[in-house]
Amino acid sequence: MSLQFVVDGLLTGSMIGLGAIGVTLTYSILRFSNFAHGDFMAWGTYATLAVVSAIGATFGKVAPIAPLSFGWPLLVALVVGMAFTALLALLLDRVLFARLRSQGQAIIVVMASFGASMALRSLLEFTFSSRPTYFSRAIQIAMPVGFGIRITPDQIALLLLTAVLVLGVHLLMTRTQTGRSMQALSQNAALARIVGIDVASVVRVTWIIGGALACVAGVMIGILVQIRPFMGFDMLLPMFAAAILGGIGSIPGAVLGGLIIGLAEAGAVQLIGAEWRAAVSFIILMAVLFVRPIGLFGVRER
Amino acid sequence: MDLLGYGAFFLTTALIFSLVTLGLNLQWGLTGLFNVGLAGFVAIGAYTSALLTTPDDAARLGGFGLPILVGWLGAMVVGGIAAALTGMATLRLRSDYLAITTFSVAVVVQLVALNAQKLTGGPFGIGFIPRPFGSLAETPLLFNLSNLAVVCAVTLIAYLALEHLSRSPWGRVLKALREDERAAISLGKSARFYRVQAFAVGGAIMALAGALQAHFTGFIAPDNYLPILTFQVWVMLIVGGSGSNLGAVIGSILVWGIWAGSGTLTSVLFPPEQQARAASLQIVAIGVMLCVILLIRPNGLFGDRPRRPRFGKRARIAEAKSSSGS
Repeated sequence: MSLQFVVDGLLTGSMIGLGAIGVTLTYSILRFSNFAHGDFMAWGTYATLAVVSAIGATFGKVAPIAPLSFGWPLLVALVVGMAFTALLALLLDRVLFARLRSQGQAIIVVMASFGASMALRSLLEFTFSSRPTYFSRAIQIAMPVGFGIRITPDQIALLLLTAVLVLGVHLLMTRTQTGRSMQALSQNAALARIVGIDVASVVRVTWIIGGALACVAGVMIGILVQIRPFMGFDMLLPMFAAAILGGIGSIPGAVLGGLIIGLAEAGAVQLIGAEWRAAVSFIILMAVLFVRPIGLFGVRER
Repeated sequence: MDLLGYGAFFLTTALIFSLVTLGLNLQWGLTGLFNVGLAGFVAIGAYTSALLTTPDDAARLGGFGLPILVGWLGAMVVGGIAAALTGMATLRLRSDYLAITTFSVAVVVQLVALNAQKLTGGPFGIGFIPRPFGSLAETPLLFNLSNLAVVCAVTLIAYLALEHLSRSPWGRVLKALREDERAAISLGKSARFYRVQAFAVGGAIMALAGALQAHFTGFIAPDNYLPILTFQVWVMLIVGGSGSNLGAVIGSILVWGIWAGSGTLTSVLFPPEQQARAASLQIVAIGVMLCVILLIRPNGLFGDRPRRPRFGKRARIAEAKSSSGS
């Protein structure tokens, strides 16, 4: 068995982990599991793709940055896409989730997110058709780095980007007032309100972070695999499994959970075959639920 | 004559849907258990019954050639066990975990149906499933009507049994648990035990519906059990009003009517090459419909009377309203 699965696993794990951050935040702060999160990913990716083509149409063909397969248009488009996805999440919260939340039945919100997920995904299918597309059709040469492992420049860049983003979110959560308010709200909502935390703004920040990171994860999938309307929906199970494995509410937990699941998936692909990939998340999820339902870094519900 | 045949065909499908919806109503409407993987349980039932009743097939396991009734019973048993296991894993945890787990059960069932060729025939599915009254297939009308009669009978039995259950002491415990878990537990009822039972019975009914459908069409494939099925059934239950068995049946017929009708409409309005895109627009419309109903009429057409809030701000508001109204 070659060690190549480590690189593949870390990459898949980064995508899952970035998505799982959003899942774990909505779960711990807004107290519902958001089935539409995967579709935020897909919408962000298609938005980024649209901006890339718009830039391509105005400025002509832009040469990619030295060893990478993409140039500055993708970076600009990614920022626009992140903003777009965050706005989409905020909009959906405004018209749907916030109203249902105020009625006080948590599980109705989950159901609404399931309906919204179906509608969002099918809307993508209607607009862009279900045929897969790509950011770039260029083929990159993978560099050998020893131990039988090969890695492309794109992959290195995306792993670094993930590390920076995760570190950034972690610092935001632990070192800033906003982050501390978010933690307070997730630990004890009633007490947080009493000490005067602005719940509405915390909710906004939660959606913005979750949406923006979902977009990044989606674009990563778009660069390394392909872009399809179902790309986000297929990530839903690994993301939920990662969030629960890491412990609901814990950002390092979500990322670590994502990496574990990514590595396990890549290992399983080598050992059993790619068609059973999705079963890995299920097995891990069930194991966690039976053995340690609060996850690696979780805290018991109060 | 054609119209009558189509009507029978339509009603048969709608009633099979309503059987799934009845199972979901037991889980969600009566007990408050959230199942977003019901397509998985329907698939389990369909495949179990198909395996038990098809003639021997060298390419895959079994084909045991057993009578159809045995297949249906087997489907209910396997579906019930699968649901019970799912319930045992998650019902001691917060309700969202059940949602996530059922969702992943459906994903895995889909995966097994696609990849375990030896068991399920893979992407091409299983054919030659014996059909009740198969000998009548030469006269389609008679065949459709007799199928409709069978499905009607099964749905009616399930309906009456569920009505009886929900009024029985067992059903009252479930309602009590849904409305006020702490009070019910303080009366000595084990919340988890009752919920696992309800979830298992619901799963068995869904599996039975899957088996009925399999024997009605004579052919099953993994594509029949995509998340869209789960979604359709949820819309049916919410439109009909969760908590009411009658609502579940009527909601199913109504939503299936809208679905089939809009399907015909898109096939008339759009050119053939645009059909796939039009179909996705149909899903968007139904998704928006679900969200709108949740927002403006959460109790559906025949829902349980609204739950009275007992504590907190909403209770005081309700009290103030009722006292000012009287």
